[in-house]
Amino acid sequence: MTQTDLIQTIKDKALWMRRTAFGMVHAAQLGHPGGDFSAIDVMATLYFGVMTFDPKQPNRADRDRFIMSKGHATGALYSALCAAGYFPQDWLQTYMQPRSLLNGHPNRNYLPGVETNTGPLGHGFPVAVGIAIAGQLTKANYRTFVLTGDGEQQEGSNWEAAMVAGHRKLNHLTLIIDRNRLQQGAGTEETSGLDPLDEKYAAFGWEPIFVDGHDHGQLLQVLSAPVGDKPRVVIANTVKGKGVSFMENKANWHHGVPNAEQFAQAMKELI
Amino acid sequence: MAHAAPQAAGLFDCREAWVATLEALAEADPRIVAVVNDSVGSSKLNGFQKKFPDRLINVGIAEQVMVGVSAGLANGGQIPFVSAASCFITGRALEQVKADIAYANFNVKLVGQSSGVAYGELGATHHSIEDFAWLRPLTNITVITPADPWETAEAVKWAAQHDGPVYLRLSRMPVPALDVPNRVFRVGKAEVVRGGNDVTLIACGTTVHLAVAAAKSLADDGIDARVLNMATLNPLDDEAVAAAAATGAIVTVEEASVRGGLGGAVAEFTAAHQPVPVERVGFPGFLPTGSTDWLFKEFGLSAEGISAAAKRALQRKKG
Repeated sequence: MTQTDLIQTIKDKALWMRRTAFGMVHAAQLGHPGGDFSAIDVMATLYFGVMTFDPKQPNRADRDRFIMSKGHATGALYSALCAAGYFPQDWLQTYMQPRSLLNGHPNRNYLPGVETNTGPLGHGFPVAVGIAIAGQLTKANYRTFVLTGDGEQQEGSNWEAAMVAGHRKLNHLTLIIDRNRLQQGAGTEETSGLDPLDEKYAAFGWEPIFVDGHDHGQLLQVLSAPVGDKPRVVIANTVKGKGVSFMENKANWHHGVPNAEQFAQAMKELI
Repeated sequence: MAHAAPQAAGLFDCREAWVATLEALAEADPRIVAVVNDSVGSSKLNGFQKKFPDRLINVGIAEQVMVGVSAGLANGGQIPFVSAASCFITGRALEQVKADIAYANFNVKLVGQSSGVAYGELGATHHSIEDFAWLRPLTNITVITPADPWETAEAVKWAAQHDGPVYLRLSRMPVPALDVPNRVFRVGKAEVVRGGNDVTLIACGTTVHLAVAAAKSLADDGIDARVLNMATLNPLDDEAVAAAAATGAIVTVEEASVRGGLGGAVAEFTAAHQPVPVERVGFPGFLPTGSTDWLFKEFGLSAEGISAAAKRALQRKKG
């Protein structure tokens, strides 16, 4: 596959994931579509352009790992795992229904492809650091990718994790920060400011890189770059609600859910 | 295997058995790693570190990442034994224990050191008397409180081969070896340390030998007390508690809060199934300044205190 074809495949998958995730949220009348949409291009790039894995053997020891630390964005995660072949499409219709395997926050004991249970913020990143240490101990080649929200960076456990990863030079670890600049109710900078994230991570022994989190070509280049000698943080500048005009950059779409008219409008735009 | 060097007059620090067993297991299984929050010395892991320098992962003074990292190590195929003061491994990292270990059901062994009131005069911040109540509702975690060096070694061995989360609640307070013939370590099963049918004393960890001493003194008064070593709190041995209730009176004894721990578990069971008088010996809450020995005596964790509780339970049994 040429690079152009690969980027087109990623774009197609991302579009399918957006339509699917919003359909799940619409059906359940529950979910976090704003954060799903800001993360989906990163995730489509990882699953369809970067990571090596086998959905038939979800626990293969040498698989690359993706950890969704912002565990509320299950619309993005479940649509990615489904598109990647971990489970059949009809499971998506059960999203958040009683006894569904597709809980509001992911559970690795229910669903193949989920690496750890997340939901409370600041949990996925420390677990990813442990996975990377295990890889270092066993001299494995797998890579570990963990995605946090930007507001999530306010949780102190992330900075414990950043310190350990920097100290141990976990170069097979990549942290992606979904920098949409909005948290639940307001902007990150007016709530408890995060900038400059690059300088903070550099001071902790990381290699920071900024990227347009919706530019599949840029994402592919940065996320598939060979490992260096430090852990890498990809600060992905994103738009909450990306792809649907009335959702973009609106904090109230953090856990807003669409009515029938809004859903129809979104489906018209997501083509 | 050499367990533990006698401390004084037949008393043992169970940490010796913990590290000797862990080192032997680690020799045989390269997946076994230790994770600490700078707690190398207090966990007696200096020898382990010397033997397996790469497999001792010290994350620094950072309990949340210590527990999160251990879940990740398990994801990567390792068998982590996470060792830290029990007040911090449970209380400081409780949400990580709940979400990353119990709920995610990772094969991680949490080892709480210096549990209960081992830190005596340092006070409530360092006492770990709430850990039973915090962990008991986390259904995936097997909670084990060994009573002596033999049981400590057996618990560590069992934890290593068990595929699932375990909390081992260890102590550095010297305890005697229990005198029970033909011992077999069975998780989830109470050990009958002494037979008896008038009243049952259910103890765990550092208090089992005190319950035995209490039973001996009760025998002098013509009271025939059964003593159970309830090393596994989670899952509780319901059958043994039912049999204890059949004696008509129960005393629970634990180096922990009387709220929500062993006493709470036994009271829940008896209230639901076989109501009998239950006297709970343990700590009422935040404690005044005092040494471990003083706190034990002051709050009735002694042969005298347990005997008195047994007599109260028997009085209530008579109605």
